[in-house]
Amino acid sequence: MSTAIILLGISAGVVAAAAGTSTLSLTILLVFTFVLAIFLGFELISKVPSQLHTPLMSGSNAISGITIVGSLLATGLERGGPVVTVLGVIAVAVATVNVVGGYLVTDRMLAMFKSKPGKGKQ
Amino acid sequence: MYREYLIGLSYIAASILFIFGLKMLSSPHRARRGNLVSAVGMLLAVIATLSYQGMSFGWILAGLMIGGLFGAISAVKVPMTSMPEFVGLYNGFGGIASLLVGWAEYHAFWHDSWGQELVPLGRFTGVSIYLAILIGGVTFSGSMVAFGKLAEMISGRPILYKGQHIVSGFVLVAVAALGVVFVLFPHLHVIYAVVLVGIVLSLILGVLVTIPIGGADMPVAICLLNSYSGLAACAAGFVISNTVLIVAGSLVGASGIILTIIMCKAMNRSIANVLFGGFGATAGVQSSGVLGEAKPITAADAYFVLEGASSVVFVPGYGMAVAQAQHVVRELGEILEKNGAEVKYAIHPVAGRMPGHMNVLLAEANVPYEQLVEMDAINPIIETMDVAIVIGANDVVNPAAREDEKSPIYGMPIINVDKARTVFVLKRSMASGFAGIENPLFFKENTRMLFGDAKVSIQALVAQFKET
Repeated sequence: MSTAIILLGISAGVVAAAAGTSTLSLTILLVFTFVLAIFLGFELISKVPSQLHTPLMSGSNAISGITIVGSLLATGLERGGPVVTVLGVIAVAVATVNVVGGYLVTDRMLAMFKSKPGKGKQ
Repeated sequence: MYREYLIGLSYIAASILFIFGLKMLSSPHRARRGNLVSAVGMLLAVIATLSYQGMSFGWILAGLMIGGLFGAISAVKVPMTSMPEFVGLYNGFGGIASLLVGWAEYHAFWHDSWGQELVPLGRFTGVSIYLAILIGGVTFSGSMVAFGKLAEMISGRPILYKGQHIVSGFVLVAVAALGVVFVLFPHLHVIYAVVLVGIVLSLILGVLVTIPIGGADMPVAICLLNSYSGLAACAAGFVISNTVLIVAGSLVGASGIILTIIMCKAMNRSIANVLFGGFGATAGVQSSGVLGEAKPITAADAYFVLEGASSVVFVPGYGMAVAQAQHVVRELGEILEKNGAEVKYAIHPVAGRMPGHMNVLLAEANVPYEQLVEMDAINPIIETMDVAIVIGANDVVNPAAREDEKSPIYGMPIINVDKARTVFVLKRSMASGFAGIENPLFFKENTRMLFGDAKVSIQALVAQFKET
């Protein structure tokens, strides 16, 4: 409940900041997406059992590497001169470390989680 | 036109894949496929982005190759015991990437209008750029400090100094004030200086908020930083109006917050107490006086007790990771099972240095996950266990949390090993645990101390079983 109020407050603030500008409707859509995704995240994550919390962290960590999309756009669209390209390339490299390293490490961990082999006790 | 349409659809598909990937993480046997599904989503998002009109690939390929190589090599080489610090490290990289995206977007805007009046940056975009830089910066430097502490490159003890809250508070206010200036006057060329100072201050802020957090509280710090890295990606998504960044970032942000709350509950402390408390820096706060005498036991005597036990529960802690004892623990567990005992591994939510740390180590040693039980599942039946073996855990089995109202950890849920018929505590010496709190468990009537390195002690027990 408190989460809902906080999120509504944030949304109101952001929309107020954009009020009167031509991008208002886009802003509202983006904030709407953000709020719904946060709730979805709460629902999804609260169902993950504690024994999988480490792979959950490293796996969600890899997802936060999604910022690679922003890095690729900054680098590839060639606007803003060489400084943007340099910043973009560094961003692409570090975001790739986050994505590749995160997913591989998670896979390595999850590969180790094994059920009891055939025989089983009692 | 069609191209943009397809790219947009691909982003939606990528978001769906992320959601399904996380959903599949809720059961151990589907989790690995879930991770793959999520990775496919990421690949799809990258391919879609690369197919925008007018992309040039030279620099991108260089960045992808360098990052991919470093990421892949480190991911394959890192030992399981070092997992907490590597998750922290990758996390920091995600944060700095968001900072750089925010900075690059601002620079492109600034550069394009050089020599003329700056086109006013939309207020919303301004706020987003500043947030991407701020949260990204805090995530990066905070994660680097956490990495250093977990890898023991810097002291794991909380670093406290006089006026700490004032200094941190001042930097926070300065960062916020600069943000307001930035958003209100984006059309001034000198505002670039504000952005640069903002970057530096956000990096400093990340260090300031992480150094007072002690090694044993790192699970909370790592969860929170994980959440920040998602929110930074979210802010970067607002900057470039990209929904896949917003959705994926929010999912991670929510995940980190939930884990933070779970960890704090497991320690019966508020988030504020963990972040600002400097827990464990004030060693020597003793509540009760003489506790009695600890009773040592030899491996040979311990063997006789274990030999006759029909149920044994192992309670691992960070000490098991330090001693790298998970493989011998599993070996002893198997021997006990062959001997007819029922064997369980009870895991406290905050045992180790990140949530689920012990589960990963025991899984590495091939312990089937059915044998791993949570604190709430073991406590009601712990009275029926013949032997509880505590390996390198201390505060999470400290009965003072239940009995001694003056104890700093009073109220923290613990695994009640002291209620088992016999308790073996494997420990190097009588030194108190991380929090500097005396542990009455060591002096209980049914407790026996098996001194020495945990791995060596268990090897000795295994050897006893093999001799006979």
